[in-house]
Order: sequence, then structure tokens, then C-alpha cells
Amino acid sequence: MDSFRDKIVPVSVIVAAILVVWYVAAIFMNAPYQRELNARAHVTPDLGAFIGQTWAQRKPTLPAPHQIAENFFKNTFLVKITSRRSLVYNSWVTLSSTMAGFASGTLLGILIAVGIVHVPVLDRSLMPWIIASQTIPILAIAPMVVVVFAAIGITGLIPKALISTYLSFFPVAVGMVKGLRSPDILHLDLMHTYNASKVQAFWKLRVPASMPFLFTSMKVAVAASLVGAIVAELPTGAVAGIGAKLLAGSYYSQTIDMWSALVAGSVVAVLLVATVGVVGRFVELRMGARP
Amino acid sequence: MRHLAWQSVLALVLCLAGAAMLPLADAVSALPFTVGQTAAVELLLLASVFVSVSGINPLGGAIFLFLAVHIAAFTLVGGIAGNEGGARLSFFLLLAAAWLLAWRLNVLISGLKAGSRGARNFQRLIVPTLFGVWILILWEGITRGAGVPFVLLPPPTSIAVRFANSLPILGADLVQTVFKAVVAGYVIGCGAGFIVAILADRVPFLRKGMLPIGNVVSALPIIGIAPIMVMWFGFDWPSKAAVVVVMTFFPMLVNTVAGLAASGHMERDLMRTYASNYWQTLFKLRLPAAAPFIFNALKINSTLALIGAIVAEFFGTPIVGMGFRISTEVGRMNIDMVWAEIAVAAIAGSIFYGVVALVERAVTFWHPSVRGG
Repeated sequence: MDSFRDKIVPVSVIVAAILVVWYVAAIFMNAPYQRELNARAHVTPDLGAFIGQTWAQRKPTLPAPHQIAENFFKNTFLVKITSRRSLVYNSWVTLSSTMAGFASGTLLGILIAVGIVHVPVLDRSLMPWIIASQTIPILAIAPMVVVVFAAIGITGLIPKALISTYLSFFPVAVGMVKGLRSPDILHLDLMHTYNASKVQAFWKLRVPASMPFLFTSMKVAVAASLVGAIVAELPTGAVAGIGAKLLAGSYYSQTIDMWSALVAGSVVAVLLVATVGVVGRFVELRMGARP
Repeated sequence: MRHLAWQSVLALVLCLAGAAMLPLADAVSALPFTVGQTAAVELLLLASVFVSVSGINPLGGAIFLFLAVHIAAFTLVGGIAGNEGGARLSFFLLLAAAWLLAWRLNVLISGLKAGSRGARNFQRLIVPTLFGVWILILWEGITRGAGVPFVLLPPPTSIAVRFANSLPILGADLVQTVFKAVVAGYVIGCGAGFIVAILADRVPFLRKGMLPIGNVVSALPIIGIAPIMVMWFGFDWPSKAAVVVVMTFFPMLVNTVAGLAASGHMERDLMRTYASNYWQTLFKLRLPAAAPFIFNALKINSTLALIGAIVAEFFGTPIVGMGFRISTEVGRMNIDMVWAEIAVAAIAGSIFYGVVALVERAVTFWHPSVRGG
């Protein structure tokens, strides 16, 4: 029961504390507007009723957690999945471009890493740029990519996936280079004494050794892809997706909608990272990692 | 017999094919390639091919190759300006030949045995620089040569012209986004993350509860809070700073907590035998030991902060700021201005990162990763 005492209790206590702080903050942040409303309606509720009112506004400054949960539940389970309001539909739109971008980004990253490890010139000329590119706020080009592609008639999944690709291939390339170089000299020498060819050494030693690095960086990459997909949805004029839902919410001050879109994005992120983690465990075990 | 480098062989083939298919470009406007220019390019490239395979005097060969290839490339790229879209196949063949020779040049430079330390540093610098320059040359040659529509991808020279002509606007955007929003948010976010990490270190219960939450939150698309912050703190820079605070807080918290656990048992026991109290141990042992982790977070945050501030500006700003400029100029199809703004963001991001890295080297001079380099 160690994990119970060491993890579950502290985490739940902290989460509970955050919720309490949230409810209190909601009272104070929504109070001015509520006072205004009450003054206009010429009602003077007592304190308890007033607090209840601040937790039940239609467009609160800070919605109370139960309002968000209610909205999230309604838009996830009660609305038809094909509806534009459905969070499942919007999450699916974002998820599909995230996955497409993540898959191609991972593939590209792995290819670049293999090139860098095996071609010394690429290592010297490409690697510094890959590292330098991490210092550049790449996400800033997202709207341009989307608009420019729209100008030549390409809309929908491809531009968004392209941004996700761009964001996800850096971590994978860097992690994979590290991973492919991780086998130590002794193991490489052993392969040499077996008279293993370069290709054999690659598949039987370097690739298995690189798996933990690959999946660690894939976790980072999948989170980055999701951010890329969400940001890429902002300039499309709010068609569909979590980013579009956020933008629409901010246009019409639908704060509760915005928060539930955020929750949906977080759920997608956690699911994606967890999936990569599970697949990673499985692949590592298959490749001979000790549990 | 030395084996022939494939880049050189292919470059020779391309050179000859290009020569067979002259002229380089249809004359779209007044100034097509002169016969002299065309001949010079061909001769320089052919000479480079032979120098690159001859292997006489590696250093001299590399210098000749460097000069010849780049003069040829700049003649090609310079000549196509004004003839946009008029390039014929031979132009691209020769450009490709020059690029292959530059690649060969990079291989030669990587292979040189540098004697002194300065030469080795120069070598380490010139290879990636050449690579970067060639991306620009190919970008310029292909966009101008093939006449790629301006809204799709402007050539680097016109971006540079736009950059130089709009320095005041770019400067104002830089001040608004970086010096106001990013710096304020970065300092507050990293500071708060650090202080909470120390608190969590003092109270183990807090640490056990915060760390899993911090790890989960690090993977979330926090950028999504940007519209909410704009609603709370208004259109000006405080809302952007608030986004930056939230984005930078968690990486700092997680890394600092991990760093504070990094000092060894032996050292901590030693501090105990000195009868040092919590704060003495913290300042003299554990914080220095945590420095590499803390600087790692500061580096990650330097990029995150810029991204956060720029993306937050997509949700509403006063009429200044890098994110604002990018989104409005995209709408007006002034793509060169967008690229100029991206160049500013890239430079600002690199300088920010570089400053953090320099401070790190100065502070953690004792760490093996710095000392060994």
C-alpha cells in the first residue's frame, strides 16, 4: 500500500485544495458582475444565496468547476457525436491532425537521426541547426502555413498536420540520435567480433538500445503535436476542433465552453501521452528490456 | 587509386547536361544571363569538379572550391533576379551541381585535420554555416528561378529588404512582446516555480502531491488558457505575461524538485557532520547541485515563453506585438513581413537562449559537462 500513502493521498489532498481555492476564487472574481446584475434587478440576496449566484452565472469570469464538469458532460455524452457542439467531434478533428502530424514527424525524426548517426557530414552540418531550431518559436508560423496553404487551395487536415509534423520531429530526431549512439563501446566491439555487418549492428544493437530514448522523446513530441494542431486551428476562422472551439468561445465570451474545450484538450493530451507510454513499455519488453 | 566522390561525379554529369541545354533562362525582362556569365559559371563549376576529385593540397583545394562554387552560385542566383520564373532546366541543373560541390566541400572540410584549437573551432563553425547558407541559396534560386508565387514563399532577399525597411515596426513589436510580456512573465513564472519547489522540498507531503500533478500538467496544451487570460487581464501585455507565467511555472517546478534531489548522500552526510542547518545545506550544497536542472528548465522556458506570448497575441492585442503583426499581415497576404517577423522571433529566441546558456556556463563552471568541453 506504499503507493497509496505516497501518491494517492497527497495528490488527492492537493487536488481537493485546488478545487477549494478555485471555488473561493470564483466567488470573488464573479462577485462584481453579480452585484451589478443584482443592483439592476433590485434584489439583495443574503450571503449564501449570493455565493450560489456567483457559481451559477451564464457567462462567468471564472466558471466554477461543477459548471465546467456539467458542460463537459453535456457536450461529450448527451450531444450527438456528429453535432458541431459535440466535444467528441471537435476532439476527433484535432486528434486526427495530431496523429497524422505525429506519425509523419516521428518518421521524419527517425530518418534524420539515422542519417545523422551514419553520415558524419550530416552530423556536423545538420545537428547544430536542429539544436538551434529548438530555440526558435516555431509555433509562430502556424497561422502563415494554414493561410498560405489555403491560398493555393489546400485546406483541412494537411496544413494542420504539417505544423504538428514540424513541432514533433525535433524532439524525436534529437532523442533518437542520442539513443542510436547509446550502445557502449563494449557492445559495439562485441558485434564486431561476431563479424556483424553495419546493418546487422544497426538492427540488432542500436535500434533496441534506442527504444527508451525514442519513446521518451515521443511523449514530448506527441504533446507538442497536439499543441501544434490546436494552434493551427486558430486562424482557420473557427471551423472545427478544440482550437476553433476556444476561439469561438473567446469571440462570444462563452467562458464555460472555453474551459470545457480546455478540459477536452487536456484529456486528449493525457490519453495520447499514456498511449505512447504503454506502447513504449510493450515494445521495450518485446525488445528485451528487463522489467 | 582514390575512389571518386559521388557528389563530384554527379556534379560533372549535371554540369555537362546543363551545358547541353543552354541558355540558362528565357529573357523575361531586360537583363538575361550574358554569354560571359554563363561561360564563367560553367568553367568555375567544371574546375571545381576537377579540384574536388584531384585531391592535391587539401587545404588549398578546399579554399579554391569554396571560392569557385560560391562565385558560380551567386552569379546564378544574382542573374535570375529580374527574370523570375524564366529559368530553364539548365539553370536548375547548374544550381544542383553547385550544391553538390558545396556538399563535397563540406565533406572535405570535415575531413581536414585541424592543427590548432582555433582552426578546429573554425572548422566546427564553418560546416553548419555553409549548410545554412546553402539552404538560403537554394531557397532563393528555386523561388526566383521557378517563379514561385510571392504569397507562397518569398525569396530570402526580399524578406531581408522588407526586414531592413520596417525596422521601427519590428522594433516596436519586439519591445511589446519580448521586453514587456515575455520578460515579465518569464521572471514571475520561473521565480514562482522556484519558490514553490523550495516549499515542496521543505514539506515532503507537498512534494509527493505536487510532482505527479506537475508532470501531468507539463504535457497539457497550456497554451489554450491564452483566450481566458486575455479576458481576465485585458488586451495589453499583462495578459500575455500571465500566459507565460503559467507556461513556465511547471517546467521550473518539476526540474527544480528533481534537481534538489540530485546531490549525493555522501555530500549531504558531510554537511550534517558540519552541523549545518537546512538553509546552509540548501545554499552551499543542494542548490549548486541542482543548478544544471534549473538551467535546463530556464532554457526550455525561454522558448516556451516566446511561444506563449506570441500565440496569446493571436487572441487579441493592442495594435502592436509580434503575434498581432503575424496574424494581421498573414490576413493581408504580406507574407514577406510575416517572414521578417519570424526572423525577429528566431533571433530573439536564439539570443534569449544563448544568454541563459552563457549564464549557465558561468554559474556551473565546476560541472563536468562544462569543464570537459
